[in-house]
Amino acid sequence: MSTTAVAHAHAGHPPTTTGLDHRKIAIWAFIGSECMLFASLISTYLIYKGRSVTGPFPHEWWCRATKATSAAGPIAGCPAGELFKPILNIPVTSQSTFVLLMSSLAMVLALAAVENKDKPGWAGPGWGGRLFESSKLWLLVTAILGAGFLCYQAYEFTSFVHEGLTIKTNLFGSSFFTLTGFHGAHVTAGVLWLLTLLAIDVKRGLGPRDALLVDISALYWHFVDVVWIAIFTLVYLIR
Amino acid sequence: MAHEPVHHGTPDSLASAEAHVAAGEVHEHPTWHTYKWVALILTVITIMEVWVYYIPAFVASRLFVPALLTMSAVKFVIVVLFYMHLKYDHKVFRALFTGPLIIAMTTIVALMFLFAKLVIRTG
Repeated sequence: MSTTAVAHAHAGHPPTTTGLDHRKIAIWAFIGSECMLFASLISTYLIYKGRSVTGPFPHEWWCRATKATSAAGPIAGCPAGELFKPILNIPVTSQSTFVLLMSSLAMVLALAAVENKDKPGWAGPGWGGRLFESSKLWLLVTAILGAGFLCYQAYEFTSFVHEGLTIKTNLFGSSFFTLTGFHGAHVTAGVLWLLTLLAIDVKRGLGPRDALLVDISALYWHFVDVVWIAIFTLVYLIR
Repeated sequence: MAHEPVHHGTPDSLASAEAHVAAGEVHEHPTWHTYKWVALILTVITIMEVWVYYIPAFVASRLFVPALLTMSAVKFVIVVLFYMHLKYDHKVFRALFTGPLIIAMTTIVALMFLFAKLVIRTG
C-alpha cells in the first residue's frame, strides 16, 4: 500500500498535528487562491466579450473602413488593406493545447520515477523500463514541452501584433492579453521550477525522500494545465 | 508506483499519520497504464472540442456552448483527480481545492448575471 502522505509527512521535517506536510498544504492553499485569481481574469474577459467597438475581433471578419463585421466570411466591397480576418488561430492553439496536455503526462511520469527510484526495475524490463525510470528524462521532457507551449504563445502574440491587435487596441485585446499573458507567466515560472529540479537531479540525484519536492512542482504544473483547459474553451472555442 | 514510508517522526505522529492511511484517506497513486489512458482520453476530448468548432450547423445550435463546457469540465476533473492525485489524496487537500474553486465559479456566474451576460427571464 502506498503511504505517500505518511512519507511526505516525515521526510526530514518535524511532525505535524495533521500528519500532513505543511508544504503540501501550502501548495494546495496557493492553488486555491490562484483559482480565484484566474476566475477574476476569466470573468473580466467574458464580461468584455463582444463589447469591443473596434476590431480586430476574435471570431469575426472586420472592415476598418466601413466598420462592418461578418462571422460568415470576408466582407464584400471592403477596400484593400482594410479587411481583417478573425484573429484567433484555432489550429495553432489546438497544437499548443496538446503540447501542454502531454507535458502533464511527462510530469506524472517524472514524479513516478522519483518516487520509485529505490526500486530498480519497477517500470518493467528492458530499455522501455529503464526509460520510464529516468526522472531526469521526464523532467527534461516536461520542461521542453512547457517551453514549446511558450514558443507557441510568443508566435501567437507576435502575429496578433502584426495583424493590428495589441493590448491597447480594444477591450478584447486588453482582456485577452492580460488573461493569456498571466497564464504564460505562470507557465514560465513552472518551466524555471522544473529546470531547477532537473539541475538538482543532475547534481545529486532525486530519490523517494525528495518526492514531495517534485510532487509540489507537479501540482503547480497540472494546475497551469487545468487553467489552460478552461481558457482554451472559454476564450478560443466558444464564439 | 508508491514508495514505503520514510519514518522520521515521533511515535505519536507516526500513529496519527498511519491512522489517516488506515482510515482510507490516502490511497495508491495510479500506474503508468492509468496515466496512459488519461492522456488518451484528454487527447480525444480535445480533438472532439476542435472538431465541433468546425461544424457550422453545430456551432449555430443551442448545444454548442453546453457541449464545449461539458467537455472542458470533464477534462478539468480528469486532470485534477488523476494527475493531481486528488482522487487518492487526503480530504484536507480536496477541501483546500474545491472550496476556493466553488467560490471562483460562483464569482464568475454572479458577475455574468451582474453584467447581463446571463439572464433569467421571469415574465
